[in-house]
Amino acid sequence: MSNAFIAFQKNDDSRCIVEAILEDNPGAMVDDQPSMVKIDVPNRLVIKRETVEEKMGREFDLQELQLHLITISGHLDETDDEFTLSWNS
Amino acid sequence: MDKVFPQTTYEGIKIHDWDKWEDPFRLTMDAYWKYQAEKERKLYAILDGFNQNNGHLSVTDARYINVLKLFLGSTPPLELMAARGFSMMGRQMNGAGPRVACQMQAVDEYRHFQTQIHSISNYNKYYNGMDEFAHQQSRMWYLSDGKSFFDDAITAGPFEFMVAIGFAFEYVLTNILFVPFISGAAYNGDMAAMTVGFSAQSDEARHMTLGLECIKFMLEQDPDNLPIVQRWIDKWTWRGTRKLASVGMMMDYMLPKRIMSFKEAWEMYVEENGGALFKDLARYGITIPKCFGQTIEEKEHVTHQSWIGFYMKPQATPFHTWIPTPDEMDWLSEKYPNTFDKYYRPVLEHLDAQEKAGNRFDNKTAPMNCQVCVSTMKFNEPGDPMEMCFRESIYQGEKFHTCSDHCKEIFDNEPEKYIQTFISSHQVLQGNCEPDGTDVNAADFKPGQNMLDYWKLDKRALGDFNGSEDQKNFAAWREQATKN
Amino acid sequence: MTMLKTLAPYEVKSRDAVENYKGKQLLYVNWERHRMFSRPFVLALPPETLFSVIIDQYMTDCFSYHPDWKQIDWNTVVWQNGNTPFTPDRNKSLKENGIGHKDLIRFRTPGLDGIAGTGY
Repeated sequence: MSNAFIAFQKNDDSRCIVEAILEDNPGAMVDDQPSMVKIDVPNRLVIKRETVEEKMGREFDLQELQLHLITISGHLDETDDEFTLSWNS
Repeated sequence: MDKVFPQTTYEGIKIHDWDKWEDPFRLTMDAYWKYQAEKERKLYAILDGFNQNNGHLSVTDARYINVLKLFLGSTPPLELMAARGFSMMGRQMNGAGPRVACQMQAVDEYRHFQTQIHSISNYNKYYNGMDEFAHQQSRMWYLSDGKSFFDDAITAGPFEFMVAIGFAFEYVLTNILFVPFISGAAYNGDMAAMTVGFSAQSDEARHMTLGLECIKFMLEQDPDNLPIVQRWIDKWTWRGTRKLASVGMMMDYMLPKRIMSFKEAWEMYVEENGGALFKDLARYGITIPKCFGQTIEEKEHVTHQSWIGFYMKPQATPFHTWIPTPDEMDWLSEKYPNTFDKYYRPVLEHLDAQEKAGNRFDNKTAPMNCQVCVSTMKFNEPGDPMEMCFRESIYQGEKFHTCSDHCKEIFDNEPEKYIQTFISSHQVLQGNCEPDGTDVNAADFKPGQNMLDYWKLDKRALGDFNGSEDQKNFAAWREQATKN
Repeated sequence: MTMLKTLAPYEVKSRDAVENYKGKQLLYVNWERHRMFSRPFVLALPPETLFSVIIDQYMTDCFSYHPDWKQIDWNTVVWQNGNTPFTPDRNKSLKENGIGHKDLIRFRTPGLDGIAGTGY
């Protein structure tokens, strides 16, 4: 099984996004590096708009991820409510 | 339609339905401008703050400036080539989906080109060797590998270009250059390179998705596309790997504070991440690139071999080199337990002693280069790190040398392309690399006597780091910054 | 058989054809197991150049920086042109020694394997 991953620049918004990922993805692993954070999840990583909004205390458009994103791994599927990275193997 | 889009058929790729192309990011042009503008505002706020606060004096030590000279002296022209390439692809692709995605990527690449130059401009006020990168791009020996990578890609057809840049360059190269290397820049106190690098890579996430989408699209459209796509993946994974040798060297040798070795970065971003991709693409019949085994063996060697190659040319680069300190060598031993002490430490210690005795290494000879990747011929025979690897092909009665089985195969597949390679040491010997005003027909003309002028190399930027103007100025300015 | 695909007829010349060197030819030289020099060096020389000039001038200028250089027993040196073993005659020219354009001369010095025997 391969890992899907996503990495963000460290800031207040991405701190909330990472918290949301950890809540919605059991088995998520956080790799803290200088000024960036990388999260790996076996096979499928999902970011849910609702959870991010709860952590931030405001409305959140998943396309805002673009502002903090550094890199991703996996096939991307994006809807208004979920941003999913997954491998088919 | 073939008259309007003449380039999408001649490579042999068969497309039946362009509407099947999907943009998983679902990014409209409106949203694109909105988020890109926001990224720019953040980037320039950080850049301004860093510059206003004399940020250049907060980097770990002045050796760090030299990694910027190499990184920001070599990358912007490649971004510009990517911008040109994707502008062309935006014109050539039949479907609306890929046309828009390619146009966005072209704008992104222009943005990277500009922000990198803005990042270097502040350093350029204080340090030498940074101001002639555009002149040097098509002339300097060590910049030939990157230039050749993009020249090869942009002279291919549109689908091969998408595999070369959208897949190999983004997946293999930028994930190392703009992620662990840039994280390392931040670790060394350089907020300017950090914001430029991460902001660029946030676009690269979209670019990788485009490259991957293009590969899936070709494979889903027609089974006949498989062998063509496989050959391109094999070729461009290898070309990306060769280009990475100098990026890895920047991580292992040029960052004064190190966060991870090139080997570790390679394992994380290429072996695991690339491995996941190839496992995934197996459902279409794609196999792991032929070179993968060799890249895994070489990850323990290439950075050391590259640094020795640069160290021995103190009069031919606009950045300084040096021998790692004893504790840095210990770090290298720990990170490269199978190779560093056995092959590389003794020669580095020998060269260090020579430098301290006033006999610093300066190999004045001109290099032999690979006809395909244009790296100097410095890599070892697979399985034997003490032996050099040489391969040769004969084409139309002439010998052509390559650095590896993989470069030889690329040459043999399309020799017409690579017999035109610009190898700077050869061009010097033909009399084609002289400063303006040189009379090459004069009786006493000897080629290559004025290379510094031809390259526009700032003499202050030459030589060992020890004793350099960078070293003295940085120490003096930092002293001023902490005292009245 | 080339796999190159083009939109139109494509006739190109080699950028390094021997006629571009005005009577000279390219020669590469590599000292095996002495990778301190990183890669072979390249020269452009008339084919009439004596092989002794290659050794006494060009190789000495470059390689004498290495502590092994003084230790070489020239009677035991093993020479290759590319991958083919050969025995050069010092007093004959490149041409007479069968050395052509873009040939790579590799020489091995048995018992001398670089700094601390590392191949460097």
